Amino acid sequence: MRNKYLRIILLLLSLIITGELTAQNRFPKPEFESGYVQPSPTTPEPRAFAMEYFDVFILIAVLLLISYFIFRKRSRRGILWTSVFSLIYFGFYRNGCICSIGAIQNVTLTLADPNYGMSVVALLFFILPLVFALYTGRTFCAGACPLGAIQDLVVHKPIKLPVALQRGLGMIPYLYLGLAVLYAATGTDFIICRYDPFVGIFRMDAPFTMIVLGIGFLLVGIFVARPYCRFFCPYGVLLNWMSSFSRWHLTITPSECVSCKLCENSCPFDAIDIPDHSIQKKDVSKNVKRFLIFTLLIPIWMALGAWVGHQSHVFLSKGNSQVYLAELLISHPELKSDIDNLDIQAFLASGKSMDVLVEEASLIRNKFRIGSWILGAFIGLVFGIKLLKQFVYRKKEDYEPNKGECLSCGRCMDYCPVES
Amino acid sequence: MDHAVCLRLRNKGDMKKKSNFNRREFIQNGMRLTLLVAVGGVSGLSVIKATGKGDVWQIDPYKCTQCGRCATECVMTPSAVKCIHAYDVCGYCDLCGGYLKPGSNARSTAAENQLCPTAAITRKFIEEPYFEYVIDEDLCIGCAKCVKGCDSFGNSSLHLQIRHDLCLNCNQCSIARVCPGDAISRVPADQPYMIKGQYNPQE
Repeated sequence: MRNKYLRIILLLLSLIITGELTAQNRFPKPEFESGYVQPSPTTPEPRAFAMEYFDVFILIAVLLLISYFIFRKRSRRGILWTSVFSLIYFGFYRNGCICSIGAIQNVTLTLADPNYGMSVVALLFFILPLVFALYTGRTFCAGACPLGAIQDLVVHKPIKLPVALQRGLGMIPYLYLGLAVLYAATGTDFIICRYDPFVGIFRMDAPFTMIVLGIGFLLVGIFVARPYCRFFCPYGVLLNWMSSFSRWHLTITPSECVSCKLCENSCPFDAIDIPDHSIQKKDVSKNVKRFLIFTLLIPIWMALGAWVGHQSHVFLSKGNSQVYLAELLISHPELKSDIDNLDIQAFLASGKSMDVLVEEASLIRNKFRIGSWILGAFIGLVFGIKLLKQFVYRKKEDYEPNKGECLSCGRCMDYCPVES
Repeated sequence: MDHAVCLRLRNKGDMKKKSNFNRREFIQNGMRLTLLVAVGGVSGLSVIKATGKGDVWQIDPYKCTQCGRCATECVMTPSAVKCIHAYDVCGYCDLCGGYLKPGSNARSTAAENQLCPTAAITRKFIEEPYFEYVIDEDLCIGCAKCVKGCDSFGNSSLHLQIRHDLCLNCNQCSIARVCPGDAISRVPADQPYMIKGQYNPQE
């Protein structure tokens, strides 16, 4: 009982000494007489960072192995099993979280936010597949990416999509990439990670909607081969650029194409360029004219895109929590008395003034204004170039993989009857 | 004669093909070099700021508003956020604001008087009048009800932390995105915890 009194006295004493007590130390720590030993809170360590370098090692090993199977062994089976390994390791074991696709946002945030520096490992995961793509084509897509691997396994009855639909859907990755960069650069969100459809499957745990999205992608993937890779993946855009100018690339035939057409239907991704002998000389001169007209149209597309981007920046900026909160408080000041609105209550309790919030929000919105403007112009440029490409004919004698679109899965190699 | 013309033509054709091929190769090489420089530039700019140690997510207990979203927003079920007890700060109170419901008259430890929805806190008598409170992390769901209670009536020694044996270290923490107090941020991986009594906020 003595201790109780002592405690009250101590409490009063400390009240007198400090004058005003902080909310945290109402009761001083007791002095135990029974020999009680105070435990200390446990602090389990995070995964050792050395293990992350091991992940980089695995990535390099997988990329080299894929290149070996493409160029030396010409083995679809080898590529398939390597991709199964990647699916198990990077997907199910690493839970889909060290990921080259998501690393786009870390790089963007590192360049945009002076207070953020990404980890060297994430940077390596961003660079290595791109450098490999510059020399060997999209080997990352072929067998290192767990998102690609899980989709590749369900390809069962691939259908050929109409060319116009393919080109239309092919615009989505550019928009997705642009939005991801915009949202990462403004410090708003990492949308690629948030809407990754397969990460919930890797973790066997996700919100219901994301599980539905993931399973939906896999079901569609039975008929439309690798829909995420071809029509959504923002990293695929970068890999496409790199791979288009790659030093070496997968070839369908080991020596010379005999135009037997056997490989024509082997590609589930419609990434084989079929030689076209039907182009007439007459058409060519007409095409030159069209080519020039569409080149001149590009600045108009860009201006149009920039205008649309500018118009949509207010809408896009609502994804930012600070902008959203500021707008909400301005348009509905009565919500300040709503005790169920956690965000508003936390803001009021933080003691930050409304002016500061509005000023911060308008700074972020300003970033969105410039960003959306650039994003729109970029989309316009891509659209213009895509239209222009329709009038570029390259004389082709052989069946060749389209270096940009080809995912280097190696299916076509099995179909080629030519022996080396 | 015919043969010679034929040869010459073939040569001409070959030469034409060769020059065409060279031009295409020149463009390809040029573009590859340009892209390589671009990738190199981006990575060079990033590597200056990159850290070799990596980072993890952690909750600053002094910024936490005990909103309860940690229990529901984590990608893990149950959440990787657990309540931890900073014994250094604890007053070992008999009438614990984090353990008992505010309205409970009798100081009975019966379930209806306990604040924790999963009964994850155990109370142990040490010596008169002190009690020790221990959290069973297997039962804790990170709802912060006890944290709120302790913060309101006690020393605020109970507080939330992200447990790194459970956390998947997502690229973007899904709780951080909705945290009303902006309490969750990236911290260096070699200092992964912010435990009261050991860590002091830098104002």
